Amino acid sequence: MQKEYILSGFGGQGLMLAGVLLSEAGILDGKNVSWIPSYGPEMRGGTANCAVVVSEEPIGSPIVDNPDVVIAMNLPSMDKFEPLIKKGGLMVFNSSLIKSTPKRDDLTYVAVPANEIAESLGSEKVANMVMLGAMLKADGWVSTSSLGKVIEKKMTGSKAKFIPMNIAAIKKGEEIAG
Amino acid sequence: MSERKLFKGNEAVAEAAVRAGCRYFFGYPITPQNEIPEYMSRRLPEVGGCFLQAESEVAAINMVYGAASAGARVMTSSSSPGISLKQEGISYIAGSLLSPLIVNMVRGGPGLGDIQPAQSDYFQATKGGGHGDYRLIVFAPASIQEMVDLIYISFETGEKYRMPVMILADGVLGQMMESVEFPAMKEPKDPKSSAYGVTGAQGRPARVVKAFDLDPELMYNLNEKLADTWKKAEESEVRVEEYLMDDAEFALVAYGTSSRICRSVVDKARSEGVKLGLIRPITVWPFPKKAIGKAAGKVRGFLTVEMSLGQMVEDVRLAVDGKKPVYLHAVPGGLIPKRDEVLAQVKSIIQGKGV
Repeated sequence: MQKEYILSGFGGQGLMLAGVLLSEAGILDGKNVSWIPSYGPEMRGGTANCAVVVSEEPIGSPIVDNPDVVIAMNLPSMDKFEPLIKKGGLMVFNSSLIKSTPKRDDLTYVAVPANEIAESLGSEKVANMVMLGAMLKADGWVSTSSLGKVIEKKMTGSKAKFIPMNIAAIKKGEEIAG
Repeated sequence: MSERKLFKGNEAVAEAAVRAGCRYFFGYPITPQNEIPEYMSRRLPEVGGCFLQAESEVAAINMVYGAASAGARVMTSSSSPGISLKQEGISYIAGSLLSPLIVNMVRGGPGLGDIQPAQSDYFQATKGGGHGDYRLIVFAPASIQEMVDLIYISFETGEKYRMPVMILADGVLGQMMESVEFPAMKEPKDPKSSAYGVTGAQGRPARVVKAFDLDPELMYNLNEKLADTWKKAEESEVRVEEYLMDDAEFALVAYGTSSRICRSVVDKARSEGVKLGLIRPITVWPFPKKAIGKAAGKVRGFLTVEMSLGQMVEDVRLAVDGKKPVYLHAVPGGLIPKRDEVLAQVKSIIQGKGV
Protein backbone atom coordinates (compact mmCIF):
# COMPACT_ATOMS: atom_id res chain seq x y z
CA MET A 1 0.00 0.00 0.00
CA GLN A 2 1.08 3.54 -0.77
CA LYS A 3 -0.21 7.00 0.06
CA GLU A 4 0.61 10.24 -1.69
CA TYR A 5 0.48 13.61 0.02
CA ILE A 6 0.71 17.23 -1.02
CA LEU A 7 1.35 19.88 1.62
CA SER A 8 0.82 23.38 0.34
CA GLY A 9 0.65 26.93 1.63
CA PHE A 10 2.35 30.31 1.69
CA GLY A 11 6.13 30.33 1.86
CA GLY A 12 6.92 30.64 5.56
CA GLN A 13 3.98 28.61 6.85
CA GLY A 14 6.26 25.63 7.37
CA LEU A 15 4.84 23.19 4.85
CA MET A 16 8.23 22.07 3.51
CA LEU A 17 9.31 21.26 7.05
CA ALA A 18 5.99 19.55 7.78
CA GLY A 19 6.62 17.37 4.73
CA VAL A 20 10.11 16.48 5.93
CA LEU A 21 8.75 15.56 9.37
CA LEU A 22 6.01 13.46 7.78
CA SER A 23 8.70 11.68 5.74
CA GLU A 24 10.90 11.03 8.75
CA ALA A 25 7.91 9.70 10.70
CA GLY A 26 7.21 7.39 7.75
CA ILE A 27 10.77 6.07 7.95
CA LEU A 28 10.32 5.41 11.67
CA ASP A 29 7.15 3.50 10.82
CA GLY A 30 9.36 1.28 8.63
CA LYS A 31 8.10 2.56 5.30
CA ASN A 32 9.78 3.90 2.18
CA VAL A 33 9.42 7.64 1.68
CA SER A 34 10.15 10.30 -0.88
CA TRP A 35 9.88 14.07 -0.50
CA ILE A 36 10.13 16.59 -3.28
CA PRO A 37 9.59 20.34 -3.17
CA SER A 38 8.17 22.58 -5.84
CA TYR A 39 11.42 24.35 -6.63
CA GLY A 40 10.48 26.81 -9.32
CA PRO A 41 11.36 30.48 -8.99
CA GLU A 42 9.49 30.72 -5.68
CA MET A 43 9.30 33.91 -3.67
CA ARG A 44 8.72 34.77 -0.05
CA GLY A 45 4.99 35.02 0.53
CA GLY A 46 4.21 33.07 -2.64
CA THR A 47 2.81 29.56 -2.53
CA ALA A 48 5.09 26.61 -1.98
CA ASN A 49 4.32 22.95 -1.83
CA CYS A 50 5.96 19.61 -1.40
CA ALA A 51 4.91 16.11 -2.35
CA VAL A 52 5.49 13.17 -0.02
CA VAL A 53 5.03 9.50 -0.86
CA VAL A 54 4.90 6.94 1.96
CA SER A 55 4.87 3.36 0.76
CA GLU A 56 5.35 -0.25 1.78
CA GLU A 57 6.84 -0.87 -1.69
CA PRO A 58 9.80 0.76 -3.46
CA ILE A 59 8.55 4.16 -4.59
CA GLY A 60 8.07 4.69 -8.31
CA SER A 61 7.47 8.30 -9.16
CA PRO A 62 8.13 10.83 -6.39
CA ILE A 63 6.00 13.26 -8.40
CA VAL A 64 2.41 13.37 -7.20
CA ASP A 65 -0.22 14.25 -9.80
CA ASN A 66 -3.25 12.93 -7.94
CA PRO A 67 -2.71 12.92 -4.19
CA ASP A 68 -4.63 10.80 -1.67
CA VAL A 69 -4.33 13.58 0.88
CA VAL A 70 -3.79 17.34 0.72
CA ILE A 71 -3.00 19.81 3.46
CA ALA A 72 -3.99 23.29 2.25
CA MET A 73 -2.82 26.15 4.42
CA ASN A 74 -4.21 28.90 2.20
CA LEU A 75 -6.86 29.49 -0.44
CA PRO A 76 -4.60 29.27 -3.53
CA SER A 77 -3.51 25.83 -2.31
CA MET A 78 -7.09 24.68 -1.86
CA ASP A 79 -8.08 25.98 -5.30
CA LYS A 80 -5.09 24.32 -6.95
CA PHE A 81 -5.21 20.87 -5.39
CA GLU A 82 -8.88 20.25 -4.52
CA PRO A 83 -9.71 19.10 -8.08
CA LEU A 84 -6.67 16.78 -8.21
CA ILE A 85 -7.31 14.67 -5.13
CA LYS A 86 -8.22 11.04 -5.75
CA LYS A 87 -11.86 10.07 -5.33
CA GLY A 88 -12.48 9.26 -1.68
CA GLY A 89 -9.41 11.21 -0.65
CA LEU A 90 -8.84 13.65 2.18
CA MET A 91 -8.54 17.44 2.24
CA VAL A 92 -7.36 19.02 5.48
CA PHE A 93 -7.66 22.79 5.16
CA ASN A 94 -6.80 25.78 7.31
CA SER A 95 -10.18 27.32 8.10
CA SER A 96 -8.46 30.29 9.75
CA LEU A 97 -7.53 31.52 6.27
CA ILE A 98 -9.86 29.61 3.95
CA LYS A 99 -13.46 30.72 4.08
CA SER A 100 -14.71 29.03 0.91
CA THR A 101 -16.84 25.92 1.10
CA PRO A 102 -15.81 22.48 -0.16
CA LYS A 103 -16.59 21.92 -3.83
CA ARG A 104 -16.57 18.11 -4.03
CA ASP A 105 -18.88 15.52 -2.49
CA ASP A 106 -16.50 12.58 -2.94
CA LEU A 107 -13.83 13.76 -0.48
CA THR A 108 -13.52 13.87 3.27
CA TYR A 109 -12.91 17.42 4.47
CA VAL A 110 -11.41 18.38 7.80
CA ALA A 111 -11.56 22.09 8.66
CA VAL A 112 -8.83 23.12 11.11
CA PRO A 113 -8.64 26.66 12.52
CA ALA A 114 -4.88 26.19 12.66
CA ASN A 115 -3.80 29.80 13.14
CA GLU A 116 -6.16 30.38 16.07
CA ILE A 117 -5.17 27.14 17.76
CA ALA A 118 -1.48 27.83 17.23
CA GLU A 119 -1.81 31.34 18.67
CA SER A 120 -3.62 29.98 21.70
CA LEU A 121 -0.66 27.64 22.24
CA GLY A 122 1.76 30.54 22.17
CA SER A 123 3.00 30.84 18.58
CA GLU A 124 1.45 31.02 15.14
CA LYS A 125 4.49 29.11 13.93
CA VAL A 126 3.11 25.78 15.13
CA ALA A 127 0.07 26.04 12.84
CA ASN A 128 1.80 23.57 10.54
CA MET A 129 2.02 21.04 13.38
CA VAL A 130 -1.68 21.48 14.19
CA MET A 131 -2.47 20.69 10.55
CA LEU A 132 -0.12 17.72 10.52
CA GLY A 133 -1.66 16.32 13.70
CA ALA A 134 -5.15 16.64 12.25
CA MET A 135 -4.10 15.08 8.96
CA LEU A 136 -2.34 12.10 10.55
CA LYS A 137 -5.34 11.40 12.75
CA ALA A 138 -7.84 11.59 9.89
CA ASP A 139 -5.58 9.68 7.49
CA GLY A 140 -4.06 7.09 9.79
CA TRP A 141 -1.24 5.91 7.49
CA VAL A 142 1.68 7.45 9.39
CA SER A 143 1.58 7.37 13.19
CA THR A 144 1.52 10.48 15.36
CA SER A 145 3.73 8.68 17.88
CA SER A 146 6.49 8.46 15.24
CA LEU A 147 5.98 12.15 14.45
CA GLY A 148 6.44 12.95 18.14
CA LYS A 149 9.66 10.93 18.22
CA VAL A 150 10.97 12.73 15.14
CA ILE A 151 10.32 16.12 16.73
CA GLU A 152 12.06 15.09 19.93
CA LYS A 153 15.05 13.84 17.94
CA LYS A 154 15.35 16.87 15.66
CA MET A 155 14.73 19.69 18.10
CA THR A 156 17.88 19.78 20.14
CA GLY A 157 19.93 22.41 21.93
CA SER A 158 18.29 25.80 22.02
CA LYS A 159 15.27 24.42 20.16
CA ALA A 160 14.52 21.69 22.74
CA LYS A 161 12.34 24.10 24.72
CA PHE A 162 9.87 24.21 21.83
CA ILE A 163 9.20 20.46 21.90
CA PRO A 164 6.21 20.65 24.32
CA MET A 165 4.52 23.36 22.22
CA ASN A 166 4.91 21.31 19.06
CA ILE A 167 3.64 18.15 20.71
CA ALA A 168 0.67 20.11 22.11
CA ALA A 169 -0.04 21.44 18.61
CA ILE A 170 -0.11 17.92 17.18
CA LYS A 171 -2.48 16.79 19.97
CA LYS A 172 -4.82 19.72 19.31
CA GLY A 173 -4.87 18.82 15.66
CA GLU A 174 -5.68 15.22 16.48
CA GLU A 175 -8.57 16.35 18.70
CA ILE A 176 -10.07 18.44 15.90
CA ALA A 177 -9.88 15.55 13.45
CA GLY A 178 -11.04 12.97 15.98
CA MET B 1 25.25 -0.97 9.30
CA SER B 2 24.55 2.73 9.52
CA GLU B 3 21.05 4.09 10.03
CA ARG B 4 18.74 5.25 7.27
CA LYS B 5 18.72 9.01 7.04
CA LEU B 6 16.40 11.31 5.13
CA PHE B 7 18.73 13.11 2.74
CA LYS B 8 18.33 15.52 -0.13
CA GLY B 9 19.78 14.15 -3.37
CA ASN B 10 22.30 16.94 -3.87
CA GLU B 11 23.58 16.71 -0.32
CA ALA B 12 23.77 12.93 -0.59
CA VAL B 13 25.91 13.32 -3.72
CA ALA B 14 28.35 15.49 -1.80
CA GLU B 15 28.49 13.24 1.26
CA ALA B 16 28.95 10.13 -0.89
CA ALA B 17 31.85 11.77 -2.73
CA VAL B 18 33.54 12.70 0.55
CA ARG B 19 33.13 9.12 1.75
CA ALA B 20 34.58 7.88 -1.54
CA GLY B 21 37.75 9.82 -0.76
CA CYS B 22 37.12 12.98 -2.76
CA ARG B 23 38.90 15.90 -1.08
CA TYR B 24 38.72 18.58 -3.77
CA PHE B 25 35.71 20.35 -5.24
CA PHE B 26 35.75 23.16 -7.77
CA GLY B 27 32.49 24.55 -9.08
CA TYR B 28 30.26 27.44 -9.89
CA PRO B 29 26.64 27.80 -8.70
CA ILE B 30 23.62 26.89 -10.78
CA THR B 31 20.13 25.61 -9.95
CA PRO B 32 19.10 22.80 -9.38
CA GLN B 33 22.39 21.52 -7.93
CA ASN B 34 23.41 24.31 -5.56
CA GLU B 35 23.18 22.15 -2.46
CA ILE B 36 26.19 20.16 -3.70
CA PRO B 37 28.69 23.06 -3.51
CA GLU B 38 26.92 24.43 -0.45
CA TYR B 39 27.38 21.12 1.38
CA MET B 40 30.95 20.74 0.15
CA SER B 41 31.89 24.23 1.28
CA ARG B 42 31.10 23.14 4.83
CA ARG B 43 32.10 19.48 4.67
CA LEU B 44 35.43 19.47 2.85
CA PRO B 45 37.25 21.72 5.36
CA GLU B 46 36.09 19.31 8.10
CA VAL B 47 38.03 16.47 6.47
CA GLY B 48 41.07 18.47 5.43
CA GLY B 49 39.92 18.97 1.85
CA CYS B 50 39.57 22.03 -0.32
CA PHE B 51 36.36 23.63 -1.60
CA LEU B 52 36.79 26.44 -4.03
CA GLN B 53 34.11 28.41 -5.83
CA ALA B 54 35.66 29.37 -9.14
CA GLU B 55 34.97 32.55 -11.08
CA SER B 56 33.29 30.53 -13.85
CA GLU B 57 32.53 27.02 -15.01
CA VAL B 58 35.47 27.20 -17.42
CA ALA B 59 37.81 28.01 -14.55
CA ALA B 60 36.26 25.31 -12.36
CA ILE B 61 36.75 22.48 -14.85
CA ASN B 62 40.34 23.54 -15.44
CA MET B 63 40.97 23.52 -11.69
CA VAL B 64 39.58 19.99 -11.74
CA TYR B 65 41.99 19.22 -14.59
CA GLY B 66 44.85 20.54 -12.51
CA ALA B 67 44.00 18.62 -9.35
CA ALA B 68 43.40 15.41 -11.32
CA SER B 69 46.76 15.91 -13.07
CA ALA B 70 48.36 16.01 -9.63
CA GLY B 71 46.79 12.65 -8.77
CA ALA B 72 43.95 13.85 -6.55
CA ARG B 73 40.40 12.56 -6.26
CA VAL B 74 38.46 15.61 -7.40
CA MET B 75 34.98 16.46 -8.54
CA THR B 76 32.82 19.20 -9.96
CA SER B 77 29.09 19.52 -10.34
CA SER B 78 26.81 21.69 -12.39
CA SER B 79 23.62 21.67 -14.39
CA SER B 80 23.12 21.68 -18.14
CA PRO B 81 24.24 25.19 -19.24
CA GLY B 82 27.18 24.98 -16.84
CA ILE B 83 28.14 21.52 -18.09
CA SER B 84 28.13 22.90 -21.64
CA LEU B 85 30.68 25.50 -20.55
CA LYS B 86 32.83 22.70 -19.15
CA GLN B 87 32.97 20.66 -22.35
CA GLU B 88 36.31 21.91 -23.56
CA GLY B 89 37.92 21.03 -20.23
CA ILE B 90 36.21 17.63 -20.16
CA SER B 91 37.65 16.85 -23.60
CA TYR B 92 41.14 17.83 -22.39
CA ILE B 93 40.70 15.76 -19.23
CA ALA B 94 39.57 12.73 -21.23
CA GLY B 95 42.48 13.19 -23.65
CA SER B 96 44.85 13.35 -20.68
CA LEU B 97 43.50 10.03 -19.38
CA LEU B 98 42.35 11.51 -16.06
CA SER B 99 39.34 10.42 -14.07
CA PRO B 100 37.59 13.10 -12.05
CA LEU B 101 33.90 12.89 -11.17
CA ILE B 102 31.52 15.23 -12.97
CA VAL B 103 27.92 15.53 -11.79
CA ASN B 104 25.22 16.92 -14.07
CA MET B 105 21.83 17.65 -12.49
CA VAL B 106 20.17 18.12 -15.85
CA ARG B 107 17.60 20.89 -16.36
CA GLY B 108 15.43 21.86 -19.30
CA GLY B 109 17.13 23.31 -22.38
CA PRO B 110 18.30 24.32 -24.89
CA GLY B 111 20.10 27.52 -23.99
CA LEU B 112 19.58 28.77 -20.48
CA GLY B 113 16.36 26.75 -20.66
CA ASP B 114 14.62 26.49 -17.30
CA ILE B 115 15.43 25.02 -13.91
CA GLN B 116 13.12 22.02 -14.01
CA PRO B 117 14.29 18.39 -14.36
CA ALA B 118 15.14 17.08 -17.83
CA GLN B 119 17.08 14.35 -19.63
CA SER B 120 18.04 16.34 -22.68
CA ASP B 121 21.81 16.16 -22.10
CA TYR B 122 21.99 12.45 -22.95
CA PHE B 123 23.74 12.99 -26.28
CA GLN B 124 26.21 15.39 -24.70
CA ALA B 125 26.99 12.95 -21.88
CA THR B 126 27.23 9.73 -23.86
CA LYS B 127 28.61 10.74 -27.24
CA GLY B 128 31.36 13.10 -26.11
CA GLY B 129 30.01 16.62 -25.66
CA GLY B 130 33.30 18.28 -26.45
CA HIS B 131 35.58 17.83 -29.43
CA GLY B 132 37.55 14.77 -30.40
CA ASP B 133 36.94 11.07 -29.89
CA TYR B 134 36.29 10.49 -26.23
CA ARG B 135 33.76 8.90 -23.96
CA LEU B 136 32.83 9.21 -20.31
CA ILE B 137 31.62 6.42 -18.08
CA VAL B 138 28.11 7.70 -17.44
CA PHE B 139 26.01 6.49 -14.53
CA ALA B 140 22.29 7.28 -14.57
CA PRO B 141 20.95 6.61 -11.07
CA ALA B 142 17.23 6.39 -10.41
CA SER B 143 17.21 6.86 -6.64
CA ILE B 144 19.25 8.72 -4.08
CA GLN B 145 20.55 5.46 -2.62
CA GLU B 146 21.68 4.31 -6.04
CA MET B 147 23.30 7.70 -6.68
CA VAL B 148 25.24 7.35 -3.41
CA ASP B 149 26.32 3.79 -4.20
CA LEU B 150 27.48 4.71 -7.72
CA ILE B 151 29.43 7.75 -6.56
CA TYR B 152 31.09 5.57 -3.95
CA ILE B 153 32.59 3.36 -6.69
CA SER B 154 32.98 6.06 -9.32
CA PHE B 155 36.58 7.06 -8.55
CA GLU B 156 37.85 3.47 -8.60
CA THR B 157 35.97 2.78 -11.82
CA GLY B 158 37.34 5.92 -13.44
CA GLU B 159 40.88 5.26 -12.24
CA LYS B 160 40.72 1.67 -13.49
CA TYR B 161 40.01 2.81 -17.05
CA ARG B 162 41.57 6.24 -16.77
CA MET B 163 38.32 7.77 -17.96
CA PRO B 164 36.27 10.62 -16.49
CA VAL B 165 33.06 9.52 -14.80
CA MET B 166 29.79 11.39 -15.05
CA ILE B 167 26.69 11.13 -12.90
CA LEU B 168 23.82 11.98 -15.21
CA ALA B 169 20.92 12.86 -12.93
CA ASP B 170 18.30 15.61 -13.02
CA GLY B 171 16.52 18.21 -10.95
CA VAL B 172 14.21 15.63 -9.38
CA LEU B 173 17.08 13.49 -8.08
CA GLY B 174 18.91 16.59 -6.88
CA GLN B 175 15.97 18.16 -5.11
CA MET B 176 14.08 15.20 -3.70
CA MET B 177 14.67 13.57 -0.33
CA GLU B 178 14.73 9.84 0.31
CA SER B 179 16.08 7.67 3.04
CA VAL B 180 19.65 6.58 2.40
CA GLU B 181 22.27 4.51 4.10
CA PHE B 182 25.78 5.81 3.58
CA PRO B 183 28.74 3.50 3.06
CA ALA B 184 31.74 3.75 5.38
CA MET B 185 34.29 6.54 5.03
CA LYS B 186 37.13 5.47 2.75
CA GLU B 187 40.62 6.54 3.65
CA PRO B 188 41.45 9.20 1.06
CA LYS B 189 44.13 8.17 -1.37
CA ASP B 190 47.38 10.07 -1.10
CA PRO B 191 47.67 11.98 -4.40
CA LYS B 192 51.40 11.24 -4.32
CA SER B 193 50.65 7.52 -4.65
CA SER B 194 49.05 8.11 -8.06
CA ALA B 195 50.54 5.94 -10.79
CA TYR B 196 50.27 8.67 -13.42
CA GLY B 197 49.91 12.03 -11.66
CA VAL B 198 52.59 14.69 -11.82
CA THR B 199 53.65 14.40 -8.21
CA GLY B 200 57.32 15.38 -8.30
CA ALA B 201 59.86 13.41 -10.33
CA GLN B 202 62.62 13.02 -7.80
CA GLY B 203 64.07 9.54 -8.19
CA ARG B 204 61.94 8.62 -11.19
CA PRO B 205 61.48 9.66 -14.80
CA ALA B 206 59.32 12.74 -15.29
CA ARG B 207 55.66 12.23 -16.22
CA VAL B 208 53.76 14.41 -18.62
CA VAL B 209 50.00 14.88 -18.46
CA LYS B 210 48.68 16.40 -21.66
CA ALA B 211 46.10 16.06 -24.40
CA PHE B 212 48.27 17.28 -27.21
CA ASP B 213 50.77 15.88 -29.67
CA LEU B 214 51.89 17.44 -32.91
CA ASP B 215 52.89 14.04 -34.21
CA PRO B 216 49.75 12.47 -35.71
CA GLU B 217 51.22 8.98 -35.31
CA LEU B 218 51.40 9.49 -31.56
CA MET B 219 47.88 10.97 -31.51
CA TYR B 220 46.74 7.95 -33.51
CA ASN B 221 48.26 5.71 -30.83
CA LEU B 222 46.44 7.61 -28.08
CA ASN B 223 43.14 7.18 -29.92
CA GLU B 224 43.83 3.48 -30.37
CA LYS B 225 44.45 3.24 -26.66
CA LEU B 226 41.16 5.02 -25.97
CA ALA B 227 39.28 2.64 -28.28
CA ASP B 228 40.86 -0.33 -26.51
CA THR B 229 39.81 1.08 -23.13
CA TRP B 230 36.23 1.60 -24.28
CA LYS B 231 36.07 -1.99 -25.46
CA LYS B 232 37.13 -3.22 -22.03
CA ALA B 233 34.66 -0.90 -20.28
CA GLU B 234 31.87 -2.07 -22.59
CA GLU B 235 32.68 -5.68 -21.69
CA SER B 236 32.82 -5.19 -17.92
CA GLU B 237 31.03 -2.08 -16.74
CA VAL B 238 27.52 -2.30 -18.18
CA ARG B 239 24.84 -2.03 -15.50
CA VAL B 240 21.17 -2.54 -16.18
CA GLU B 241 18.07 -3.45 -14.21
CA GLU B 242 15.25 -5.47 -15.69
CA TYR B 243 11.86 -5.18 -14.03
CA LEU B 244 9.25 -7.88 -14.77
CA MET B 245 10.87 -8.67 -18.11
CA ASP B 246 10.70 -12.48 -17.78
CA ASP B 247 7.21 -12.80 -19.25
CA ALA B 248 6.91 -9.29 -20.72
CA GLU B 249 5.25 -8.94 -24.11
CA PHE B 250 6.15 -5.29 -24.44
CA ALA B 251 9.01 -3.32 -22.90
CA LEU B 252 9.54 0.20 -21.68
CA VAL B 253 13.09 1.54 -21.74
CA ALA B 254 13.91 4.45 -19.46
CA TYR B 255 16.63 5.67 -17.11
CA GLY B 256 16.76 7.93 -14.07
CA THR B 257 13.63 9.81 -13.05
CA SER B 258 11.57 8.70 -16.05
CA SER B 259 12.36 5.06 -15.19
CA ARG B 260 10.73 5.54 -11.80
CA ILE B 261 7.56 6.71 -13.48
CA CYS B 262 7.83 3.74 -15.85
CA ARG B 263 8.05 1.37 -12.92
CA SER B 264 4.70 2.74 -11.75
CA VAL B 265 3.39 2.34 -15.32
CA VAL B 266 4.44 -1.32 -15.32
CA ASP B 267 2.71 -1.95 -11.99
CA LYS B 268 -0.49 -0.31 -13.21
CA ALA B 269 -0.36 -2.18 -16.52
CA ARG B 270 0.17 -5.51 -14.76
CA SER B 271 -2.82 -4.83 -12.48
CA GLU B 272 -4.86 -4.45 -15.68
CA GLY B 273 -3.47 -7.64 -17.21
CA VAL B 274 -1.05 -6.01 -19.65
CA LYS B 275 2.27 -7.89 -19.64
CA LEU B 276 4.60 -4.92 -19.58
CA GLY B 277 8.22 -4.87 -18.44
CA LEU B 278 10.94 -2.28 -17.95
CA ILE B 279 14.59 -2.21 -18.99
CA ARG B 280 16.44 0.43 -17.01
CA PRO B 281 19.98 1.32 -18.09
CA ILE B 282 22.04 2.23 -15.03
CA THR B 283 25.07 2.95 -17.18
CA VAL B 284 24.05 4.89 -20.28
CA TRP B 285 27.66 4.66 -21.43
CA PRO B 286 28.54 1.84 -21.77
CA PHE B 287 25.00 1.21 -22.97
CA PRO B 288 23.26 -2.10 -22.17
CA LYS B 289 23.04 -3.20 -25.80
CA LYS B 290 22.99 -6.90 -24.99
CA ALA B 291 20.05 -6.76 -22.58
CA ILE B 292 18.00 -4.81 -25.10
CA GLY B 293 19.11 -6.97 -28.02
CA LYS B 294 18.10 -10.07 -26.08
CA ALA B 295 14.71 -8.60 -25.19
CA ALA B 296 14.17 -7.81 -28.89
CA GLY B 297 13.97 -11.58 -29.41
CA LYS B 298 10.87 -11.93 -27.26
CA VAL B 299 8.87 -8.71 -26.84
CA ARG B 300 6.57 -7.25 -29.51
CA GLY B 301 8.10 -3.82 -29.28
CA PHE B 302 9.69 -1.13 -27.15
CA LEU B 303 8.61 2.27 -25.90
CA THR B 304 11.42 4.57 -24.81
CA VAL B 305 10.31 7.17 -22.27
CA GLU B 306 12.49 10.24 -22.03
CA MET B 307 12.36 13.73 -20.57
CA SER B 308 13.69 15.08 -23.88
CA LEU B 309 12.67 15.01 -27.52
CA GLY B 310 14.20 11.54 -27.75
CA GLN B 311 17.93 10.88 -27.47
CA MET B 312 18.45 7.49 -25.85
CA VAL B 313 15.86 6.14 -28.29
CA GLU B 314 18.62 6.14 -30.93
CA ASP B 315 20.78 3.82 -28.84
CA VAL B 316 17.76 1.61 -28.21
CA ARG B 317 17.11 1.41 -31.95
CA LEU B 318 20.75 0.50 -32.60
CA ALA B 319 20.54 -2.26 -29.99
CA VAL B 320 17.21 -3.57 -31.34
CA ASP B 321 18.71 -3.45 -34.83
CA GLY B 322 15.42 -3.35 -36.67
CA LYS B 323 14.10 -6.57 -35.14
CA LYS B 324 11.13 -4.90 -33.47
CA PRO B 325 9.51 -1.48 -33.57
CA VAL B 326 10.85 1.12 -31.15
CA TYR B 327 8.48 3.94 -30.19
CA LEU B 328 9.09 7.12 -28.26
CA HIS B 329 7.29 8.92 -25.44
CA ALA B 330 8.98 12.31 -25.38
CA VAL B 331 8.38 14.93 -22.69
CA PRO B 332 10.86 17.78 -23.23
CA GLY B 333 11.41 21.16 -21.67
CA GLY B 334 11.47 20.37 -17.96
CA LEU B 335 8.15 18.55 -17.64
CA ILE B 336 7.77 15.05 -16.30
CA PRO B 337 6.02 12.12 -18.00
CA LYS B 338 2.67 11.20 -16.48
CA ARG B 339 2.03 7.57 -15.62
CA ASP B 340 -1.43 7.44 -17.18
CA GLU B 341 -0.28 9.06 -20.42
CA VAL B 342 2.57 6.59 -20.84
CA LEU B 343 0.21 3.71 -20.13
CA ALA B 344 -2.32 5.07 -22.62
CA GLN B 345 0.36 5.11 -25.32
CA VAL B 346 1.44 1.54 -24.47
CA LYS B 347 -2.16 0.33 -24.77
CA SER B 348 -2.71 2.21 -28.00
CA ILE B 349 0.40 0.63 -29.55
CA ILE B 350 -0.46 -2.87 -28.34
CA GLN B 351 -4.03 -2.60 -29.62
CA GLY B 352 -2.75 -1.40 -32.98
CA LYS B 353 -4.49 1.95 -32.68
CA GLY B 354 -1.35 3.88 -33.47
CA VAL B 355 1.50 5.55 -31.69
